[in-house]
Amino acid sequence: MSTSQSPAGDTAAPAGAGRTGETLLEVTDLRKHFPVTAGLLRRQVATVKAVDGVSFSVRKGETLGLVGESGCGKTTTGRMIMKLLDSTSGKITFEGHDITKYSPGRMRPLRRDIQMIFQDPYSSLNPRKTVGAIVGAPFRLQNIQTENGIKKAVQELLELVGLNPEHYNRYPHEFSGGQRQRIGIARTLALKPKLIVADEPVSALDVSVQAQVVNLLEDLQDELDLTYVVIAHDLSVVRHISDRVAVMYLGKLVEIADRDDLYERPMHPYTNALLSAVPIPDPAEREGRERIRLQGDVPSPLDPPPACRFHTRCWKAQDICKQVEPPLVELSPGHMTACHFPENTTVSETDVVAKAAVSPEVD
Amino acid sequence: MTAPIEATGAQQEAQPDAVLAGLEGKAIQGRSLGQIAWMRLKRDKVALAGGVVIILLILIAAFGPFLVQDPLKYHQGLVDPTYNRPKSGFWHSGVSADHWLGVEPGNGRDMLSRIVYGAQISLLIAFLATILSVVIGTIMGVTAGYFGGWVDTLISRAMDVFLAFPLLLFAIALVGVVGSGGSAFGLEGNDLRKGVLIFVIGFFNWPYIGRIIRGQTLSLREREFVDAARSMGAKPGYILFKELLPNLVAPILVYSTLLIPTNILFEAALSFLGVGINPPTASWGHMLSDAVPIYNSDPWFMVVPGMAIFITVLAFNLLGDGLRDALDPRAK
Repeated sequence: MSTSQSPAGDTAAPAGAGRTGETLLEVTDLRKHFPVTAGLLRRQVATVKAVDGVSFSVRKGETLGLVGESGCGKTTTGRMIMKLLDSTSGKITFEGHDITKYSPGRMRPLRRDIQMIFQDPYSSLNPRKTVGAIVGAPFRLQNIQTENGIKKAVQELLELVGLNPEHYNRYPHEFSGGQRQRIGIARTLALKPKLIVADEPVSALDVSVQAQVVNLLEDLQDELDLTYVVIAHDLSVVRHISDRVAVMYLGKLVEIADRDDLYERPMHPYTNALLSAVPIPDPAEREGRERIRLQGDVPSPLDPPPACRFHTRCWKAQDICKQVEPPLVELSPGHMTACHFPENTTVSETDVVAKAAVSPEVD
Repeated sequence: MTAPIEATGAQQEAQPDAVLAGLEGKAIQGRSLGQIAWMRLKRDKVALAGGVVIILLILIAAFGPFLVQDPLKYHQGLVDPTYNRPKSGFWHSGVSADHWLGVEPGNGRDMLSRIVYGAQISLLIAFLATILSVVIGTIMGVTAGYFGGWVDTLISRAMDVFLAFPLLLFAIALVGVVGSGGSAFGLEGNDLRKGVLIFVIGFFNWPYIGRIIRGQTLSLREREFVDAARSMGAKPGYILFKELLPNLVAPILVYSTLLIPTNILFEAALSFLGVGINPPTASWGHMLSDAVPIYNSDPWFMVVPGMAIFITVLAFNLLGDGLRDALDPRAK
């Protein structure tokens, strides 16, 4: 909806650096390694590289979709942006401030600007509190004076997300999943944030309710000028809501591009495989499509494959994939891919390797 | 066979509609989980009976002493000096219009007033000791569960140490040392005894509730509303006491009601062993131990305090079980 109107969503415009809109959030080489300890002395025996060098930027007013299978590090990335989780290394820049090393106290006032929508509407609302207390909590925690009292502000928020403001005194258990997610969204909006990290905002909901909530998110974006980072594994939801899409595999970004570009001309083999798994409702169209079936499971992040992490399951893999890690390079305007043998592109593999040699982004 | 099935189906469907209609009729006012639990508890007659008995006991303990006779007054005229037992009443109990539960053998003190005064001592010590355990246990458990890491290790080890403590032996030793005459902490005599008993019973029981609260906190901590509070800039104190604690009220309440009877029994046991409240102050445990040498010939003097302890403990246990079912219907 919003994407067709906003200039950010216009795929015809030159993408990448030349695009309009200033950068709101920039993530550079972000890593999160969880130590695995064993024994009485908590000796570190291994490291789970949940997120291992992720870089992207989010412009004001756009929606970035972050997709990937379970366990690829999407949620960890989101939680690091929220500062709910400390990053191992890397840099998070919000509105020009490097917030990576901010202490909780220093982060507190900034929390107004970065808010999160949680995945599970059943566990994200405290069952012992009324809706009024839940949605009003941000005002109290941030000591924000509201014009007509907190109650009025909460009722306006409830109305904004399509709930009955009279439900102020009710408890979360009296609502359905979709309504609960709306309560969570109302709480998120209370502080008028600039950036919202939505972690699987609709995964826990019914398909029919998913559409309502997704549309609500889009309407709110138009109305309140919000920027979203939407973490999801449902490719059709991401396609519907995102302006740009980033694909993650085993803690790394493998491809990032404008939505239409990515869905129509996916370059990375993994993206191709993912997209080929999206169900097509029309049986006639289904006939002509080749379904790419990946072999094996996602390798363990405890011991990820060397170089290109996808080479163990990639049908195009060659020796170079096991030895040289492909950097994330821009193969066409605004379309970055980390692959030695990208598809849907005229750029040859030698170009990619040559670029890799001079690129500062090589890990 | 189809007809009855259809009928039940219709019934099942009709019921929620009726409930909904009833809800719509009222103004929109949410019902908290506590209110719902109270509604469930009201349907549990056994637990309610336990609650009524407890309220009666508390009233007796609080106001009984103003109504009954002096528990220390001797009525030696009622006691047969040859056999050293009350002259009248069935089972040589001495039950009469003046002494509803009879008089003690030997000195003829009124049993009813001793039971009433004993209830005061029992409930006072059990309640205060329970409060002490619950406060320490809750704070320790929430802290260990929420912060984890070395804090958790430290507190959990402390719990292990306390649980491994030979509590009964320690209580006997401590009461023997501190409680036998003299004064400490500005307390003297029986007040000091009470204080020591409350401390011993309460302070060494906190790890039980501490472990329960720690476990609950561990699972609550992972819930997203904690992350939501953090992402809004909540400090640890707010999360512990405003977000987590309200969710721990149910286990705290249930455990407290189940801990009180344990403490009553423990106090009675200590009194029975002679390290509880000093005679001549009335206490149920003492009355029991006094009855031991004569229970063969005069069982009445063991039955009365025994029943008092039994009824009290049973009432608390029934209420505790009912509370648990009402607060967490899935745990049945």
